[in-house]
Amino acid sequence: MRGIGRAVCLGRDIDTDLIIAGRYLRTKDRSVWAAHALEDLDPALAGRLSGAVIVAGGNFGCGSSREQAAIALRDAGVVAVAAPSFARIFFRNAVNIGLPVLECEIPCRDGDQVTFDLEEGWIEAGGIRRAVSPLSPRMRAILAAGGLVPFLCGGPR
Amino acid sequence: MSTLSERILGAGAGAYVDRAVDRAYVHDGTGLLARAAWTEIGSGVFTDPDRRYLIFDHIVPANTSMTADLQQEMREFAAMTGMHFFEVGAGVCHQVMAEGRALPGEVIVGADSHSCTLGALGAFATGVGATDMAGIWATGGTWFRVPETTGIFLEGALSGAASAKDVALAYVGALGMDGATYRALEFVGEGAVSLSMADRLTLCNMAVETGAKAGIFYADRVTRDYLAGFGIAAEQQAPHAGGYPDEIAIDLEDVVPLLALPPRVDTVCPVAEKEGLPVDQVFLGTCTGGRYEDLAAFAALVRGKQVAVRTVVVPASRAVLMQAVSTGVLADLVAAGCAVATPGCGPCLGAHMGVLGEGEVCLSTANRNFKNRMGVGGEIYLASPMTAAATALAGAITSPEEFL
Repeated sequence: MRGIGRAVCLGRDIDTDLIIAGRYLRTKDRSVWAAHALEDLDPALAGRLSGAVIVAGGNFGCGSSREQAAIALRDAGVVAVAAPSFARIFFRNAVNIGLPVLECEIPCRDGDQVTFDLEEGWIEAGGIRRAVSPLSPRMRAILAAGGLVPFLCGGPR
Repeated sequence: MSTLSERILGAGAGAYVDRAVDRAYVHDGTGLLARAAWTEIGSGVFTDPDRRYLIFDHIVPANTSMTADLQQEMREFAAMTGMHFFEVGAGVCHQVMAEGRALPGEVIVGADSHSCTLGALGAFATGVGATDMAGIWATGGTWFRVPETTGIFLEGALSGAASAKDVALAYVGALGMDGATYRALEFVGEGAVSLSMADRLTLCNMAVETGAKAGIFYADRVTRDYLAGFGIAAEQQAPHAGGYPDEIAIDLEDVVPLLALPPRVDTVCPVAEKEGLPVDQVFLGTCTGGRYEDLAAFAALVRGKQVAVRTVVVPASRAVLMQAVSTGVLADLVAAGCAVATPGCGPCLGAHMGVLGEGEVCLSTANRNFKNRMGVGGEIYLASPMTAAATALAGAITSPEEFL
């Protein structure tokens, strides 16, 4: 799976409350989550997420198990999230809903073009290519299917 | 001998295993998304309903018509699937599960990050998201990566004004917010054996705040006695005989009352360093600090006095509330001026029942103090129930040592 996007650079320890605040969770209108993604970090960020590769510091997605955090980013148009380390529940949730996560160290600036290949295990930004920690075969298969639901249903629909 | 995670999951650290899930639970928040994903899977198969639980705890009773409607949908879903359903007032999911619904050696998964709480009973217990839960409902199991383990060696015994919550803040501060990412924490040593089940639940609860997927105590005599109280006969577990690749040691004798400063749970300092900082609210409750022992410790300090600041008390479960009623602890809390609310999560997640206003400061016995968590613009200091009591009496951050 190959992808391309524009870097949106964030710091470390971005918790799931910052990604989507608890006050927005109780709704059936899923568009609310994307509209308010990362609002408590920076209210202007949600508008910049379409076509973005988030490049964050370590421990991205720490905190709550709320899957709405991964859904909010995916639905806001985030192509992938790259970080040196992820909180494990967020990492798993992202794969389960079909949002690529790349465990890697990649220096980069806001707006840089970022390309990556999950199968080959690399990410490239500003002319620098770095290796990405490989996902387990099961996680790769789930991501390739587009998430756990299509995976359990027998592949992409 | 292997670590407990390796024994329960049946493979060495780093291996990927497929495992049946012994027990799985969701709450009113995560249950909704899990139901949507399960419906999308479309098989109509719901495995082991007798070992699946829906526990209303996050916004109880409902705060808006929308929440009420969503909760009604979940009630209907529980009735349709035949899983166990715990209505408004039962308590926080982790506490309800800890009351005789989690056993040593089991694989337990909850759709809530603090599901690691149940490792206190010698189970491998961890949090997952909603889609993972839907898959578990549909197939009966899931995959796990067997974690490496960090050993937390506890020596000595707690005394004076220090409590299990202070030990939890001590290890979170020592490891940092990602110091145990993807790992399991095992609490071992003579100090671990000396701790009550309430203390163990509090220590395991905060494992996820270091990035760990599980926090674990080996089932021993304390575990057996605790479960016997629920009419359950449980086996003890032989402790891990080898060393750990990573370990830290904490002498319980040295632990003093601690605070985690907003907005990071790993920015920890002695309460004494912030003494006198005014607070607007004290919150006693949650899956970290809302057990009977926590309420009793709080009541012991405020009995016969009046709190100087608004104080919200939310028992962690109906059983906790009942015990507080029968021992007089509840009367002490109410007489001291505390507002006591329905068992559940209370204001911890910032949805209702004590949310903070802009610029307000809360001293809380919960496990998280992230920015805006308990209300936009509020600040949360995390501390033990005894520190909460001293602070409630003074209206400003105060060490419990002054009241002992």
